[in-house]
Amino acid sequence: MNLLKLSASYIRQRWLTTGLNVLLLALGIATIVVLLLFSHQLERNLTENAEGIDLVVGAKGSPLQLILSSIYHIDAPTGNIPVEEAQEIIEHPAVAEAIPLALGDSYRGYRIVGTTHDYAALYGAELAGGAWWSGTMSVTAGARVAEEAQLRIGDEIVSSHGLTGDGAVHASHPLQVVGVLEATGTVIDRLLLTSIETVWAVHGDHAEDDHTGDDHAEGDHAEGDHAEDDHAEEEGEGGGAFHADEEDDGREYTSLLLTYSSPIAAATFPRYVNSQTDLQAAAPAFQTARLMSLLGVGFDALRGFGILLIAVAAIGVFVALYSALRERRYDLAVMRTLGASRWTLLAHVILEGVLLTVMGTVLGLGLGHAAAAVLSRAVAEAQGLALAGWSFVPAEVVLAILALGVGVVAALVPAVQAYRTDIAQVLARR
Amino acid sequence: MFSLSQVRHRYGRTIALELPHFEGAQGEQYLVLGPSGSGKTTLLHVMAGLVRPTEGTVVIAGQDLADLRDAALDRFRGRHIGIVFQRSHLLPTLTVEENLLMAQYLAGLDQVPARAQEVLRRLDVADTASAYPSELSTGEQQRVGIARAVMNRPRVLLADEPTSSLDDERAEQVIDLLTTQARDDGATLVITTHDKRVQSHMPHQRTLTLEDA
Repeated sequence: MNLLKLSASYIRQRWLTTGLNVLLLALGIATIVVLLLFSHQLERNLTENAEGIDLVVGAKGSPLQLILSSIYHIDAPTGNIPVEEAQEIIEHPAVAEAIPLALGDSYRGYRIVGTTHDYAALYGAELAGGAWWSGTMSVTAGARVAEEAQLRIGDEIVSSHGLTGDGAVHASHPLQVVGVLEATGTVIDRLLLTSIETVWAVHGDHAEDDHTGDDHAEGDHAEGDHAEDDHAEEEGEGGGAFHADEEDDGREYTSLLLTYSSPIAAATFPRYVNSQTDLQAAAPAFQTARLMSLLGVGFDALRGFGILLIAVAAIGVFVALYSALRERRYDLAVMRTLGASRWTLLAHVILEGVLLTVMGTVLGLGLGHAAAAVLSRAVAEAQGLALAGWSFVPAEVVLAILALGVGVVAALVPAVQAYRTDIAQVLARR
Repeated sequence: MFSLSQVRHRYGRTIALELPHFEGAQGEQYLVLGPSGSGKTTLLHVMAGLVRPTEGTVVIAGQDLADLRDAALDRFRGRHIGIVFQRSHLLPTLTVEENLLMAQYLAGLDQVPARAQEVLRRLDVADTASAYPSELSTGEQQRVGIARAVMNRPRVLLADEPTSSLDDERAEQVIDLLTTQARDDGATLVITTHDKRVQSHMPHQRTLTLEDA
């Protein structure tokens, strides 16, 4: 026997009350863990994915949308920009390097990005096997796409129009997987990379596809079973690239990822683009900071809720110990007659509070990570940002220590009462 | 052995106990008689070190209790003084065996399950070892209470009104158990009671009669 077993035995005896308190505490901690995990990973992913990109130039619209669609590939693009106008930007002296992107198609929900090899270099992507894309109709798949869609080198895939995976298929333009990338932990893992020309080629004939209804004829295709109304729905939501491709030859970019040639350019170039051209320039650093501050309100509310739950749990632990102690005064007195000192009783009661909070904390950490894991799988946007449930944040250690502190504080008053028990008086009263 | 001299204890202005002299040799058995309110319980608490008397000296097993600081006094009590209550007051969340081992743990002694088994066997309740107190009959509870009191082979075994609320037969049994257990471990036994029946069941006792204070 020892004090720990004794304290545990009292917790077991009152499992209904203690279970409720443990659950409350666990829920509070889980809420904060999900919050910590997501805000930490979100901030990290937002920064990492935007590293090496000073400015994004694209069609006019919401700057945040431009950043989300061009860097993080989670929102619809703002539109397309003619190659000629883009060329002026690329050749501007303030621009050191420009990577063009052409978006608009996807394969099973994974975006196909028409770009140059510089884009892969930006994220330090390396080939795990096969080759880089070249010419037209060849794609190199990001690590997660390859794994989740089970793509192998040599496979032929049929892309679909739009970014959600339920658009009309480009059945007459199958793409060949020529290479697979190593995992980088960045957004590129979830993309299929190809040349800009490929996107143009697919879309150049896209109008024909729709008119002849090729994709409907090939009803045996996996994606072929989408009806026309699905397509309409997707267009309404997508609002994005290559919807105007029926009017011209489709030689357009969606956006450009830029680096400045000098620091001074940061002050003048975005203003130049926004006022002197029909294009829009958005700085990732500014827009992601804005996004985090927008989300911050939600994070604060959620954090407040988590703290409230923990506070209620602390009061619960206090009330449970305090009222239990009234019933246990005789037990405590008997322990003193058996040789326990006042300090032993103090430790006994505090240990009970600590045990409760340890159980609540462990359960809460587990619940929080499990909830984050479920959420990160269930929510497509979370997938796009590569949020994971089973990674750990240093702040969790602080949270656990704080929770233990709460347990000790909640147990302190009852523990001091136990310390002060007048044994002779309790025993004499019977 | 024990020795009390010039002991006086007050609660506020009321004198709860006044005892010029009371001492006993090791292994002897004593009966403290007196009506309720005569200070029997206070005397027992003083002897157990649960209450420090206002005046006077208390020596138990050669140790002057006044020389021990609080935690040391608690430990001394756990090791050398066994207390039997009117009701057994076992810790309800522990099994019988765990209750006995707890006595060793709280006294800072090694936990010896074999000793628990032995004590339970002597008191004829060996089969209750893994039962919880609430599953025992009143009689069994009382035996386990005695078992716990003698668990650490105390030098002094104190029993406070062990027979009140018991019928004649049960009262005789309890007194018999207490005297036997005390003798087996060589403990000095002190029983306080207002129950006249006890006197006839204790063959060799010496009696101290407290007057109504």
